[in-house]
Formats: sequence, structure tokens, C-alpha cells
Amino acid sequence: MYKKNYFFFFLLIFLNFIYINNSFAIDPYSFIQETADRASEALNKRQSKEEKMEILKTIAKETVDIKGIGFYSLGKHRKNMSDQKKKEYLEIFTKYFLKTFASRLAEYTDPRIRVDSQKKLNEKYTMVSSTLLATDDKPEVKIDWRVVTKNPDNPLIIDLIIEGVSLAKVQKEEFYSIIQSNDGDINALFKNLEKFVEKK
Amino acid sequence: MSRIYKVVILLLFITTSSMAGSDGQNELSKNSNGQVKDCFEGINRTVFSFNKGLDNLLIEPIAKGYRNLPAPLRSGTGNVLVNLSSLITIPNNILQGQIKTAGINTGRFIINTTVGILGIFDVAQKMGFPEYEKEDYGQTLGVWGVSSGCYLVLPVLGPSTIRDTAGSFINVMGGDPYYNMSAHGNNEFLDKSDYMLTKTLTGIDFRAKNIESFENLEKNSIDFYAAVKSLYLQDRKRKIANTKPSATIEILYEGDADWEEIETQ
Repeated sequence: MYKKNYFFFFLLIFLNFIYINNSFAIDPYSFIQETADRASEALNKRQSKEEKMEILKTIAKETVDIKGIGFYSLGKHRKNMSDQKKKEYLEIFTKYFLKTFASRLAEYTDPRIRVDSQKKLNEKYTMVSSTLLATDDKPEVKIDWRVVTKNPDNPLIIDLIIEGVSLAKVQKEEFYSIIQSNDGDINALFKNLEKFVEKK
Repeated sequence: MSRIYKVVILLLFITTSSMAGSDGQNELSKNSNGQVKDCFEGINRTVFSFNKGLDNLLIEPIAKGYRNLPAPLRSGTGNVLVNLSSLITIPNNILQGQIKTAGINTGRFIINTTVGILGIFDVAQKMGFPEYEKEDYGQTLGVWGVSSGCYLVLPVLGPSTIRDTAGSFINVMGGDPYYNMSAHGNNEFLDKSDYMLTKTLTGIDFRAKNIESFENLEKNSIDFYAAVKSLYLQDRKRKIANTKPSATIEILYEGDADWEEIETQ
């Protein structure tokens, strides 16, 4: 009798453990749909461009792996940076990223995004495919979202691929070009980022 | 017939020249992860600035004017231009060994040219034909293993590579049936100016469809030249690999917030 009770007790703990491990996992497909809906709603609101940009920045802080994109964009140069320099870089990069992210999206009014499918590429990330629907002036655009699922409870976007062009890669090559044309001086990149952030 | 012969000889010449100059590893590999060299960066940046000036002064205002035309007129013009591009796509499908796709594109061209009234209406799409993908001689050379060579910015025409520029020359050396008909066809319907007009319209149509995207890119770039170069080279790479968007880059994690990319073609 005791043995039977023990068995059920451990079974319950085991099932509870499984539940805890899976209960908050967010499906990348739903995550992207929800993020796109949030952005769309912000852009549809009757408010100033600045107000829209502030909402978009909040969405980006919650849904994008800004730190990951920042280090990726530095490429091999990040390996020679001190911890202090990395900290400085992340600070300025975050401001730069949020500004470009919000500014890029704020140009759209009433964007209609249809999330089409998702493909789990490995345990760490999933690709979610979507379509920005055509308007009279603009053709349909295929947008793929790379979603990091290292922490399944908190998926994060690490890249947008627009018609096969990775925006993270474009950014990385811009950074590389600036560093190279200044004889490998990373401070030149810092100056450019600061200038961009301060630009009205 | 002599034109086809010329095109084949030219393609073979370009292919063998590239092979002789390559190191036999990265240069010929379709899976090469190497960067395209910007051997003429100084000149390229100057030409890029010139093109930007020309765009601000002339091309963008024309594209904006074109955008004000009624939507059906723009859509019809776009369809005619896409239909004409099939004349370059079909031979390239064959040269790349895509015989089935060549057949489909030939069917599409015949239907759209006849039922669709010279391509104004994309009847084939409504009939359920698969999505159309343009091909050109630069892509064919890439599929054959010819390396891209240095990155180039051509006056007026914009970003290119040595391989893609060579590919464009093949068009006017007999590789484009529409050019052959208009420039050398000895007919009363077409002449060289029609060909030039078509090419100009193709450029304006493309520019008109991308006005906001270009503005947005320029406004949000800290090095606009490098951003355009990256866009062009990524797009060409995908087209040469004949993959759907997003299939070309895989990302691996080295640790927290630390990732690198590898190619998966």
C-alpha cells in the first residue's frame, strides 16, 4: 500500500516537473504573429511618428536579441575588445539599433503581415516565414524571421531576411567597411554610431 | 545561328579564363564562403556618388512620376517587361540544365504573349503556373562555377561584378533574342531605340517599386555604399544558388549572445 502511494507521489512530482518545463514554452509562429500584430497596431494608431517610434522601441527591447545582433555585427573585431570596450559598444549599439529599427518600421502605415509557416532548424533556432502583403504601390515582400529558441520561454528575433537578404549581414558588412576604411580602428565605428544616434 | 555560336564561345571563354585564374578551391566552389573583393573601391565609391546624384536629379523624380500613373497601366507595363525578360530567362534555364523550368517558362511566354495581349495580362499566373524567377547570363556563369571576380559599380547601371558585367555583354552579343530582333532584325516593327526604351522602362519600373525601400535604407545606413553592396551580393548569391529566400545562411552559436554564420547551399 505504502509502495503504491510512493509511486503515485513520485509520478505526480515527475509530471509536475514536465509541466513546469513545458508550460511556458512559446511557439515561435505565435510569437512572430503576436509581435507583427503589436507592431501593426502601433503603426495604425493615430499618433505622432515620435510616439509610434517609442512604442516600436519597447516592442524591440522585448522581442529582439539586441546583444546577440550587436556582437554578430562586430564580427572578428569583438574578439580583441576589452570587457570595458564591449560594455561601451553595447550601450551605443543598443541606441543605434533601436533608432534604426523604429525608424525603418515607422515609415509603414497599415502593414499587413501574414505569418505563413515555421521551420525548426535545430534546438536553438526556428525560421518563421511571413509575407508583407502587396499594396497598389508596393509589391508583396517575403520576410523570414530568425527566432532564437535557446530559452523556449523567451524566444527572441535575431535577424530579418527580406527577399533572401539578411539585414544582420548587411549591418555587419557596413560595420566591417567602416572599421576597415579606418585601418582597423574600432573607435571609428563608435564615432559613426554616436553620430547616427545624435542625428535628428 | 552564328549568334548562338558566338554566345557559346563567349561563355566557354569566360568559364575557362576563370578556371585558369582560380586556386582550384574557393574560387570554383559553389559553396565558397569567401567574400567578393572590392578591388576598385575608390573608383566604385566615386561612381556610386555619381549614380546617387543622377538618381536624385533624374531617375527618382521620373520614378515618382511613373508611380502617379493609374495602377492598371503600371501593372500592365510591368507585366510586359517581365514577359520580355522570359526571352533571356529561357535560354539560361536551358544552359543551367533546368529543362522542365525552361518548358514552363516557354509555355508562360506563349500564353501571356497571345492570350495576355503581348504580356499586358499575366494570364499564366491566373492559370496556376508556378512563380516566375528571372535568370540571366551572369547567373548561368555563376552556376557553372565562374567566380564573381571583383565588385563593380557601373555608371548609371549600378552594382555588378566582373562576372555579371560579362553576362550583360552576352545579351548584346546575341544572347538576348529581343535585342537581336530589334537591333538586327531588319523588320518594320522594332529597332534599337525600342530595345533601349524597354531597358529604360525596366529600370524606372524597378526604381518606382522601391522608392521607400531605398530611402529607408539610405536614411538608416551608416555606410550606404557598403549596405547596397551587401544587398546586391547577397541577392545574387541566392539567385545563383537557385534557392528560395532564407535558405542560404545557417547560424551556429558559440556561446551566449555569440553567433557566426556558415553557408548551407
